[in-house]
Amino acid sequence: MIFWTLVVDGVVNGAIYALLAIGLVLVFVVTRVILLPQGVYMSFAALTLSQFQRGNVPGTAGLLLALGLAAFVIDLLRSRVTRAWLMRRVASDLALPAIMYALVTWLVPLRPNMAIQIVLTLALITPLGPYLYRLAFQPLEQASVLTLLIASVGVHIALTVLGLVFFGPEGFLANPLSSAHFEAAGIVISGQSAIMVAVSLVIMVLLWLLFDRTLIGKAMRAVAVNRVGARLVGIPISQAGEITFALASFIGAVSGVLIAPVSMVYYDTGFLIGLIGFVAAIIGGMGSYPLAVAGAIFVGLLQSFAAFWNSNYQQVVVFTTLIPILLLRSLRAPAVEEDE
Amino acid sequence: MKGATARWQAGGLAILALVVPLTPLVPEFWVTLLILIGLASLTALGLVVLTGMGGMTSFGQAAFVGFAAYTTGLLSTTYGLSPWLGLPAALVVTGLAACALGAITMRLSGHYLPLGTLAWGISIFYIFGNSAFLGGQTGMTGIPPLRLGSFSLIGPRSYYILVWLAVVLSLVATINLLDSRVGRAFRALRNNAIAAEAFGVLTARAKLIVFVYAALLAGVAGWLYAHFQRTLSASAFGAEANIDYLLMAIVGGVGQVFGALLGAGIVIVLKDLLQDMLGRLGMFQDLVFGIMLVGILQYSRDGIWPLLSSWLPPTTPRSIDPAADIERPARAPATSSGPLLALDKARKTFGGLVAVDDVSFNVGHAETVALIGPNGAGKSTLFNLITGVRRASSGRVSFDSASIERLSPQMIARRGIARTFQHVRLVPELSVLENVALGAHTRGHAGVASAVLRLDRAEERRLFAHAARRLERVGLAKEMFRPAGHLSLGQMRLVEVARALCLDPRLLLLDEPAAGLRAAEKKALAKLLRELKGEGMSILVVEHDVDFVMGLADRIVVLDFGKKIAEGLPQEIRVNPLVIEAYLGGVE
Amino acid sequence: MSAPLLAVDRFSVAYGKVEAVRSVSLEVPAGSVVTVIGANGAGKTTLLNAMMGLLDQAGAISFEGHDLRGTRVEDRVAAGLVLVPERRELFGSLTVEDNLRLGSFRHRRHHQIGAELDKVYALFPRLRERHRQLAGTLSGGERQMLALGRALMSRPRLLMLDEPSLGLAPQIVRESFRIIADLHKSGVSILLIEQNARAALAIADHGYVMEHGEITLQGSAAELAQNPRVVESYLGLGSAR
Repeated sequence: MIFWTLVVDGVVNGAIYALLAIGLVLVFVVTRVILLPQGVYMSFAALTLSQFQRGNVPGTAGLLLALGLAAFVIDLLRSRVTRAWLMRRVASDLALPAIMYALVTWLVPLRPNMAIQIVLTLALITPLGPYLYRLAFQPLEQASVLTLLIASVGVHIALTVLGLVFFGPEGFLANPLSSAHFEAAGIVISGQSAIMVAVSLVIMVLLWLLFDRTLIGKAMRAVAVNRVGARLVGIPISQAGEITFALASFIGAVSGVLIAPVSMVYYDTGFLIGLIGFVAAIIGGMGSYPLAVAGAIFVGLLQSFAAFWNSNYQQVVVFTTLIPILLLRSLRAPAVEEDE
Repeated sequence: MKGATARWQAGGLAILALVVPLTPLVPEFWVTLLILIGLASLTALGLVVLTGMGGMTSFGQAAFVGFAAYTTGLLSTTYGLSPWLGLPAALVVTGLAACALGAITMRLSGHYLPLGTLAWGISIFYIFGNSAFLGGQTGMTGIPPLRLGSFSLIGPRSYYILVWLAVVLSLVATINLLDSRVGRAFRALRNNAIAAEAFGVLTARAKLIVFVYAALLAGVAGWLYAHFQRTLSASAFGAEANIDYLLMAIVGGVGQVFGALLGAGIVIVLKDLLQDMLGRLGMFQDLVFGIMLVGILQYSRDGIWPLLSSWLPPTTPRSIDPAADIERPARAPATSSGPLLALDKARKTFGGLVAVDDVSFNVGHAETVALIGPNGAGKSTLFNLITGVRRASSGRVSFDSASIERLSPQMIARRGIARTFQHVRLVPELSVLENVALGAHTRGHAGVASAVLRLDRAEERRLFAHAARRLERVGLAKEMFRPAGHLSLGQMRLVEVARALCLDPRLLLLDEPAAGLRAAEKKALAKLLRELKGEGMSILVVEHDVDFVMGLADRIVVLDFGKKIAEGLPQEIRVNPLVIEAYLGGVE
Repeated sequence: MSAPLLAVDRFSVAYGKVEAVRSVSLEVPAGSVVTVIGANGAGKTTLLNAMMGLLDQAGAISFEGHDLRGTRVEDRVAAGLVLVPERRELFGSLTVEDNLRLGSFRHRRHHQIGAELDKVYALFPRLRERHRQLAGTLSGGERQMLALGRALMSRPRLLMLDEPSLGLAPQIVRESFRIIADLHKSGVSILLIEQNARAALAIADHGYVMEHGEITLQGSAAELAQNPRVVESYLGLGSAR
């Protein structure tokens, strides 16, 4: 019985890791950025939702204003400014955050229902991705994976501070999305858990549709498999990067909404959970979505059993497992560049 | 000797700067800060060597600081040993841990490597924090100070001497190490591992040595840290510390050893200033650092040191003593009368693609054979099979009647096969001479210890004289001290030829040596190759310049789609209809 | 005389300290085939990549009279400047048809994409047979066809071809050159870079010789084919025939 309970726990956690892992793989294949802050989106979304439920204007609204302004100013200094450029950037960097801010401050005192809270949360978190891409990564488009990884570390520590500034040091737990409970073969499964797994599945299907059925999705895959080829057919790499980062922050926001009711979330909780999602992504070779999902379920199960065995060492077990997997992956990666 | 005086002045200033904090002129608070800078720069120095020279980045250096600190802490508290004994013990434990972790990590390729260090870095942090015998969550307390007789090194000024002595010694050791035979091999690891292997460098071993060296520097810092703080908590060795070290290396610049010092100085002073300035808002410090990290990468990827170093007096070029070049006794004469190199149905497939399709031909003693064929015909793959970069799928490759198709590139180099590369593989920031000296790697024996202690100078003089002579032969003696990255493409190709000659090869493999050369340079190269042949060297050359080849080769082998389609004397090849078809695509 | 379709003036490209292309000036008149010949490493590919906007460059470049300086690759593609690169740069894990459709990415809002796809399939029936196959599984000749087809989907006004004969069997090379000639007849201008100088000069109107990053010789294709220096350096093997 304990065995099956642990399995259910593992799968439910695995669903969250899978979302994080998919976001990481997505960002890596298109932009080659190993996005450590993927977990930060999750924390921010969870905290935003909790704030809504407490009737507060979430810090994310201010954060969005700040990052939008920063992206606008930095881009203004770096780009060739044309009328079209200015119109587009004023809309995306200044107007959008301002409208969101106004909307949120207007709606919060009216105590909107859960659905609206969730939509607002997603709408507040998703634009963070493209702003971060433009601020930090787009100027490094040609840099090596290692340089991008180091930049990613920089973005992560800066974002963590912003999290502390905008959300404060307290942890929050949101109301559950569903209070139903099912029982199957003697194991109790909460409605919340079922929703977590179901939403993860839906997101995966939507992503599959995007990448398999639309030209834009295929263009993003084209960027992933051959950047030069993609540029040669006129796919704007930077825009592909922005869209990818938006998708990743959206997925991060969804995972935050899902985890908010089951786990106490602090401004920096995302780091560790993000890293675990990351282990899952690496198990999938940072390139395959189905393998990343399988990796996530595996890590979820591993963690759930390791925690049962000795909770002090559960992270050690998870991160140490990564080493043999990395070894295996390295053996399969081509080591020699060919001259011809 | 203006440069020399300027350097003495700079040295004098540096010594003065080191001594001033011993006087009451500098408040104790600043001395403490300087100690922290010294400790951090030791670890950052290791990271600079690892990243800037070896091309590997570690997100786990703090773990090695921790290994050393906990080792000496445990021995001096629980077991009551003298803290001085803690140093060798700490270094042994750190070294062993680095060997074990390095043996695994160094096998990781590309971006998996830094991710691997991140993974074990986190695991070890949790182990430190959760192990009761290391003090668990609360940490380890009551670590005794270092003593000299009855004098305790407790005050910052006395500890300052010890820390900066360690820093200066480490800097000297590292500079010595990098300016040595093994150092040159290290520096080739980053982008030119294939070239290093082609000249006999055991790259896997070299990587491990760099890794362990970096860990030992962190270990020294850990030992000093334990007896300075005298309490230990795992948080000093976690992700935050690792990010700090990385920040120092990147901000200072990973290309130069002094980048570590500068980076540590900037980060620690800035941390302190920010804490003062921001006060209650101290949390903003990481925001500043995060933005700084990204900004440095965007605007000055090599860090801040290169911006400063242009102000420093230039270093004087090393002197070359031609007499030091003692010719190695000629390689043992051929053991058989057969051809020097023989390929028998050599085949290489990549997936379904047959890159080299059952190719057979020989290269005789003192013979020049040219390999021609359209781009993509499999010529470079064939070179890779001969030099052991790739293993033949089937068939035999023998050199001097001994089969070599299973040997590593290093073993093949030691047997006397040297090569150049189609895409030039030099270390751009090293001088031309140092690049060429890499070719003489197998002529030397000095290891890490003799490099650090400068016991390798006689051998170094020999290697450099040897390299200088080869450079003269290709006509580049004038460019000897310029960074290789500043040469034209044609000159770089000649540097590669000189590097190959440094190995004193019996068989010289040249991959498009004339591409990018001007007419006069081509003539000179052809003359040199004829001379080498006259001296008994065998040459296999891939070249597109048909004229160059026709005038030079004794025999020509033509490849197309991985198959040998013709072989013969130049005049035969010229009129071979298959060759004309392959080259001219049958366009009338 | 009307303005050339493409004009490049004192154009330079550097990798770090090494200048790979030095002050090159060349023109492609509308409706013509122009070729640049030269040895490996002479800077031909660098020149094309820079004209396409893939590399940083100094000097002037204009297309149909519009200044292209500072524009991005995607703007140049939209203007009708299309490159078939030496390495083909296909999307290996996407199907043949997806590769072709992505060729029309810049024109994705137009309705005739189906018709254009049919045109490409008519030109390369092999691609129609294999339209569901992954591009990475194609043979060398088919890859070349796909690269050409994808470029045609971008509606080129100037098609730049980097070593289209590279690694292809003779009969496929012949086929490629026939298609290039057909394209030219249908109104596309062509800038061709070839190692196979004889073939290139045979279909070109005008030619440039590039050495060490500089243009050292230029003239009508017929003149160049007779020029003793060109014969010696680039047509050498064939001259014995």
